[in-house]
Amino acid sequence: MERIISVLVENKFGVLARVAGLFSARGYNIESLSVAPTLDPTTSMITIVTGGDDRIIEQIMKQLNKVVEVLKVVDMTETSYLDRETALIKVHTETALIKVHTRPEHRDEAIRIADIFRAKIVDSSSTTYTIEVTGNVDKVEALINMLKPLGIKELIRTGRIAIPREAKPPSRREQQAAKA
Amino acid sequence: MKKTGAEIFVECLKEEGVKVLFGIPGGVVLKLFDVLHQQKDVEVILTRHEQGAAHMAEGYAKATGKAGVCLVTSGPGMTNIVTGLADAYMDSIPLVAFTGQVSTSLIGNDAFQEADNVGISRPCTKHNVLVKDVNDLARTIKEAFYIATTGRPGPVLVDIPKDVTTNKAEFKYPEKVSLRGYNPTYEGNKHQIKQAAEEIMKSSKPVIYVGGGALFSDAADEILELAEITQIPVTMTLMGLSSFPGTHALSMGMLGMHGSYWSNMAMHHADLLIAVGARFDDRVTGKLSEFCPEARVIHIDIDPTSIKKNVHTHIPIVGDVKTVLRQLNVILRSLDGNQKDLKEQRRPWWNQIEEWKRAHPLRYHQDDKVTKPQYVIEKLFEITKHEGIVATDVGQHQMWAAQYFKGSKPRTFITSGGLGTMGFGFPAALGAQKAYPDKLVMCITSEGSFQMNLQELATAAEHKLPVKIVLLNNGFHGMVRQWQDLFYEGRYASSNLGKIPDFVKLADAYGIHGMRAVKPGEVETVLREGLKHKGPVLMDFHVDPFENCYPMIPAGGAQHEMVLEDPPELRKAQKGGAVKKKAEEGEGELPA
Repeated sequence: MERIISVLVENKFGVLARVAGLFSARGYNIESLSVAPTLDPTTSMITIVTGGDDRIIEQIMKQLNKVVEVLKVVDMTETSYLDRETALIKVHTETALIKVHTRPEHRDEAIRIADIFRAKIVDSSSTTYTIEVTGNVDKVEALINMLKPLGIKELIRTGRIAIPREAKPPSRREQQAAKA
Repeated sequence: MKKTGAEIFVECLKEEGVKVLFGIPGGVVLKLFDVLHQQKDVEVILTRHEQGAAHMAEGYAKATGKAGVCLVTSGPGMTNIVTGLADAYMDSIPLVAFTGQVSTSLIGNDAFQEADNVGISRPCTKHNVLVKDVNDLARTIKEAFYIATTGRPGPVLVDIPKDVTTNKAEFKYPEKVSLRGYNPTYEGNKHQIKQAAEEIMKSSKPVIYVGGGALFSDAADEILELAEITQIPVTMTLMGLSSFPGTHALSMGMLGMHGSYWSNMAMHHADLLIAVGARFDDRVTGKLSEFCPEARVIHIDIDPTSIKKNVHTHIPIVGDVKTVLRQLNVILRSLDGNQKDLKEQRRPWWNQIEEWKRAHPLRYHQDDKVTKPQYVIEKLFEITKHEGIVATDVGQHQMWAAQYFKGSKPRTFITSGGLGTMGFGFPAALGAQKAYPDKLVMCITSEGSFQMNLQELATAAEHKLPVKIVLLNNGFHGMVRQWQDLFYEGRYASSNLGKIPDFVKLADAYGIHGMRAVKPGEVETVLREGLKHKGPVLMDFHVDPFENCYPMIPAGGAQHEMVLEDPPELRKAQKGGAVKKKAEEGEGELPA
């Protein structure tokens, strides 16, 4: 099962290497990773998306907690949370095949798709659009899938960040338990 | 008044009560050695190889429980201690390693003798730091000692660039450490401890399984008390040896791959396992899916990552072993009224263990022609009455030493368990001897392991460290040969050591007394005379090259599937001389 783990660390050099090294040394996979300072400039938040059974996740949490510069480890998936990711997608609006006949529609189609997903066109050339999208992973993936037929020239994603919700509806786990 | 980094470094060592430091100088640490040279509180032991320095610091730490300290130069100096760091990390040994680094202005420039010390040591240290500013030096050193010796101990590396040793700062040793992200748990959860006590009273086939954590927590008395109140048999891991008296009626000796048959059988049939400062290493558990199938597990450990890592735990207790056991013993004592019943309740379990013990005791056959390695070890322990400190290297001799060791004083069995570092034993013995100059310190080793760090003979001679080296010379990497016999149809790929030096002459070259026993009849005399000798001694025992270490859980096997002796086809091959012939076909010579 996929997990989002937030790791609050001291903002010192080498800390990221230590956290990442812990994953590689034990053969755990990192799906995505993002790091930036928090409100307190002496600390940084590392958000790691990883996977594994309960035993592996328990080890990951414990091993992270053991690192001297790690201040706090939270498994977001245990609570109710918001997660977001930003992607920049450079999409072809002209290809060899459609150059002659369908160019205008193609450019229109890109704009339409972007609109539907509340994405923005942030750069444009005569043959491409660059689309910026922010949302949860499902939305980003859906947009990418829609744009694929047009031809994606380049794609870059930030990896996910997550924050707990303040007013807490039942968590995904609790919901599952209720269903069962 | 401002002090240089080097002066601050030495002041910090004094503040930490460091009496001895092992190391080798080099370009970027000259200033540190220069200041060390001008004072008397911290003694510097010059080793002949940095690896030796790291292992000596480990031996010192294992014998005393205090942090061992080593100081080496940048680049190759640092890379040479990596084995020592990895060894200390696996066996949770408090070690503070200081490494030199090129000046901060040169870092990253591929300067002469530059290496990324912090990067290289990251996966094999508990913590490591590059000190970039002399103003941070004192605080960093204080933190290094604190981290190395608290919680689950481990090695900490402090990397000091050359300019930091010469730059000046105001010296003030911090009184206490405040680390936001480091706060080991010492007190166990009371509710869990109470549950553990109830579980212990309910059990009918319990086993106490003690690891190295018990020694670092200084919990030998508490374990003895626990065992005696509850009448539960105790088995120890390789790292846990000496935490419980080997001669005690409740001791089952070592468990695991080459542990005693009865301790492994007891583990397999136990209904309750009380794991104390142990980590369920694969050499202990054997096949995990068949490990202790009937047992409920209580696991006491200061390191939460050890709990539920390999084995499911029913009652986890995170905390310091000594503190937790004290609390547990108080509860158990309050239930004391039932003690008589308890003994009665345990009787069938004890009878069963005695039966296993009678069926398959440790055994070997000594004739008058070839010395058996076990015989030398048993004689050594008989003569020394299990007194003194034993350090071993790694391999067959290590397992035999562990099997026959029955010492009762904590921290008297020093060995490389987790990493299995050949070449560890001799320098570790020197470190222990440095800590206790008046105690008998023995190094049980073999020609294979010994040759990996024999340069330290010079250190022993120079500092008159009277370590008694008992070298079991079988001409092979014995454990490798054993596995080749058992699992590779006797093809001795690179396990025959071939040309073996004349160890008596070698010792002589270093000005150390050398002795030799070729025949079984000479063993006792050499041991007695060697042990009596005042200075360091190297005793070379020529032993049976084909003796295998049993009992044994084959790799991947379960605890109850112990192999007790050579399989018949192997014995046949050996009898027919086929095995011997194969050895002779190689380039090597067999020891006389």
